[in-house]
Amino acid sequence: MSWDDSDKEKKNDPWSGRKKEQGPPDLDEVVRAMQEKLGGLFGGGKKGTGGKKVSGAPLGGGLILLFVVAVVIWFASGIYIVDEGNRGIVLRFGKYVETTLPGPHWRLPTPIEKAVVINVDKERFVEIGYRSAQNRQSATSIRKEALMLTDDENIIDVRLAVQYRIKNAQEYLFNVRNPDLTLKQAAESALRSVIGKNKMDFVLTEGRSEVVATVQKSLQEMIDLYGVGLVISSVNLVEAQPPEEVQGAFSDAIKSREDKQRYINEAEAYANEVVPKARGAASRIIQEAEAYQERVKAESVGDASRFDQIRTVYEAAPEVTRRRLYMETMEEVLGNTSKVIMDVKDGNNMMYLPIDKLLESSGQTSTTISSESNRFVTPANQAVPATSGRETSYRDRTARVR
Amino acid sequence: MLKVNPVILFVIVAALFVASMAVFTVDQREKVIVFRLGEIVRANLEPGLHWKYPFINKVRKYDGRIQTLDSPPERFLTNEKKNVIVDTYVKWRITDVGTFYRSVAGDPRQVDTRLNQFVKDEIRAAFSKQTIKELISTGRDLIRSSLVENTNKLGKGLGIEVLDVRIKRIDLPAEVSASVYKRMESERERVAREFRSKGAEAAEKIRANADKQREIIMAEAYGKSQELRGNGDAQASHTYATAYNKNKEFFSFYRSLSAYRKSMGSGKDFMVLEPNSDFFKYFKQETQ
Repeated sequence: MSWDDSDKEKKNDPWSGRKKEQGPPDLDEVVRAMQEKLGGLFGGGKKGTGGKKVSGAPLGGGLILLFVVAVVIWFASGIYIVDEGNRGIVLRFGKYVETTLPGPHWRLPTPIEKAVVINVDKERFVEIGYRSAQNRQSATSIRKEALMLTDDENIIDVRLAVQYRIKNAQEYLFNVRNPDLTLKQAAESALRSVIGKNKMDFVLTEGRSEVVATVQKSLQEMIDLYGVGLVISSVNLVEAQPPEEVQGAFSDAIKSREDKQRYINEAEAYANEVVPKARGAASRIIQEAEAYQERVKAESVGDASRFDQIRTVYEAAPEVTRRRLYMETMEEVLGNTSKVIMDVKDGNNMMYLPIDKLLESSGQTSTTISSESNRFVTPANQAVPATSGRETSYRDRTARVR
Repeated sequence: MLKVNPVILFVIVAALFVASMAVFTVDQREKVIVFRLGEIVRANLEPGLHWKYPFINKVRKYDGRIQTLDSPPERFLTNEKKNVIVDTYVKWRITDVGTFYRSVAGDPRQVDTRLNQFVKDEIRAAFSKQTIKELISTGRDLIRSSLVENTNKLGKGLGIEVLDVRIKRIDLPAEVSASVYKRMESERERVAREFRSKGAEAAEKIRANADKQREIIMAEAYGKSQELRGNGDAQASHTYATAYNKNKEFFSFYRSLSAYRKSMGSGKDFMVLEPNSDFFKYFKQETQ
């Protein structure tokens, strides 16, 4: 058995290209399995040849040993390792025999059996509408794939990523030529079919998750129909946006929504300013009115009382009081007033009074008490026949006589 | 015995050579035909090891997996005579390799050509009955089932099964896309304007309402204030009337005096007087 071990190691290394086998117990198992298999398969025939060789052993020991070694090496070449997450598919003369789980395995040597090891746990992914760069930071868009029509005949830019695994290694290997490309074609078709059934606004906004779910479902149905042996683990709508050509208009539409709100807010601000101010002003008006009311009432009471008191006195001595009041009043009024006193009786006399000049020096308003016969003309250039009379001016005598 | 060895060796080698000519394998993925002097004797063999007569039998192998015909996109006319660019693919596999071999004379590429031609004709016919809108939304699924069915009729003659005929893309030609973009832009613009003007509308309403409220508040206040003033005036008037009624003659005298005092005598007035009033009674002569 010693050579057996060494041979196996020697043979194993270049064949698998992986690290050496783990431990002796496994090896023993493998060898036992190999012997069982051999016995089962080549029942009589091989034993017969084996018997011949054994019988010839004493005749040409070296040659036989060489032959046996060759046979052993040949058989050992059937050892293969299935790594974790992989499955081994064994074909005997091209016919599927079994699927092996992770661990070391042995198959019949090369012309008879073949083993294909494929990774079933690895997440594979396909990108539609874009290709991510090596660093996964930037992605280049594939417009031909990304632009598609929606139900309302708009064009949108959709990027989809599909993650999938091998569900059935046997189906994956045997059923379809180029399964991964098949998946991509199916995904593209499913995506476009779903987008084509939905309106643009729906896809761009609230419909994303629904689109994803529908795509995943119909994609899984399609690949099950083809028997690709794949399972879709997730579908991601990486991006769904309006195409570059119209993005300006789209963002403007979004801005307009904000603008609308802004207008309303501004108006509300205005309303919030105007109404309280008006309430304040109204309150002022009412307060003022109340004040007026009270004031007038109070004044009337006062005035009435004053009048009443004077009246009482007056009624006691009417003649004297009346004159006194009149005189006092006239004294006060005339004492404070600029005046011209004219004692003219003749109706034909006209005199010129430069009232504007007089006013300039005395004040703005003029009050005239006149006799009916005299006419006073203000414009200076009008001819006024006048006779001189007693004229008293506060300052100067300015009347001209013609 | 050593002499015998080369003979045995030769025999073994010869036997192995003949045996290798007499066996062939059929892979899980293959469809195989066995010919005897040019005539098909066996087809659709099970995967595994098979025997044949060396030199007399010949074996041809074809891919038995599902294959894809992905032809380049083509233009088709819809019901409204609009052009659309359609990209399809066909999934097919060999079912009866004997029929397959006979119908395509051993050249698998012929299947592609014939399928392509057929599918295109079918699509052309189907598209000419539908509008572009129908095609984009529901049309592709409706067309698909009849496409698969019809293509399968053809496929039966070719010894193949058509699993799927699927429309991958329906696109508008570039020049039409440009006008679609323009339309989309104008739609957005419409939406944007609608939003803005609705905003302006709402804003104007709010402002107008505020102005209205202000007017009402002010008017009500004015009304109230007039009422109050009127009330005050009335009460005052009543008070005055009550007082003045006690001596009407004296009231008019007294009130006139106070009016003279108030209206004149501020120092800014100018009077032209004739000294014949009562006030000047003693101004002209000493006694009456």
